[in-house]
Amino acid sequence: MTAPPHSRAEAPYWSLAGLAEGARRCGAMVPGTMVFAAAYGTLAAQKGLTLTEATLMSALVFGGASQLVAMEVWKSPITLASVVSLAVVTAIVNARFILMGATLRPWFGALPSWQVYPALNSTVDATWLVATRYRAEGGSDASVFVGAGLALWVVWVGSAIPGYLLGAFIVDPKQFGFDLMLPIFFAAMFVPLWRGARRATGWVIAGAVALIVSYVVPGWWFIVAGALTGSVAGAFIDE
Amino acid sequence: MNEPLAHGPFIAILAMAAATYLTRISGYWLMGHIPMTRRVRRSLEVLPGAIMAATVVPIVAKVGTVALIAVAVALVSMVIKRNEFVAAGLALAAVSLARAYGL
Repeated sequence: MTAPPHSRAEAPYWSLAGLAEGARRCGAMVPGTMVFAAAYGTLAAQKGLTLTEATLMSALVFGGASQLVAMEVWKSPITLASVVSLAVVTAIVNARFILMGATLRPWFGALPSWQVYPALNSTVDATWLVATRYRAEGGSDASVFVGAGLALWVVWVGSAIPGYLLGAFIVDPKQFGFDLMLPIFFAAMFVPLWRGARRATGWVIAGAVALIVSYVVPGWWFIVAGALTGSVAGAFIDE
Repeated sequence: MNEPLAHGPFIAILAMAAATYLTRISGYWLMGHIPMTRRVRRSLEVLPGAIMAATVVPIVAKVGTVALIAVAVALVSMVIKRNEFVAAGLALAAVSLARAYGL
């Protein structure tokens, strides 16, 4: 393994102050998370989930895009086949967490596994961005990541409830574009991810392959097929 | 496979939670076990954007003009002011307008 980018940063540690710092750094992301959560709650109500089921899913899965996609796949009554397809779709949509976890290795690697593996429950797009920015500033307090996770978890779980109770009666998600939150959020992420044409070539290949696969293969396999093809291609495209 | 399950929704939610937790830990675990060659590193650099492109492009193709407007507004907004939530808000507003005008 080559030297990690933060090899000279101080050893990782935990602190209560770090929890608060992580929560504070999430502040700007709270409104968007609330809208996203409310949209999920609304969709869950439309799909016939009970409030308990909808809330439990938010609390245990804590993955916005995957829960919205799951609502597209969700069909009552639930069969063994639908359990399998929901788990697979969730894993595919959340496959980007695999990469995010990989990037946390140089930082958390010196902490005991029994502390890190529970802490990785905090991984979502927003907390990963917060943690990455904090780390780039030279920080080492792993609690910032967990504090961000706890804060967004509370917002995520809590905001789905009014979405569930009110949205089903007064809001048509399509009218305000909530059905397009996933492509909007992902498209917005291209800008902070931009590091030049080489990576973007891989992205274009990923999009093209995914488009073709989406017409040929049913289901959500197009994400994995496109993303893997694009990233492998990107590895072999030189500057 | 196609019989309704007792407590089906709860089993489905637990399966989704387990699948998600596996995605959260497997990359971290893997990086402790594989050599970080130049090719592997480059592949990992491209992967986040590749996942997003592979998600966005087919959805835009399926939904059509309104989705294209939403994605374009989000991208332009991010280039001007790098704030995901301003971008998402503007994109949602654009979609609302487009749909109100019958697109």
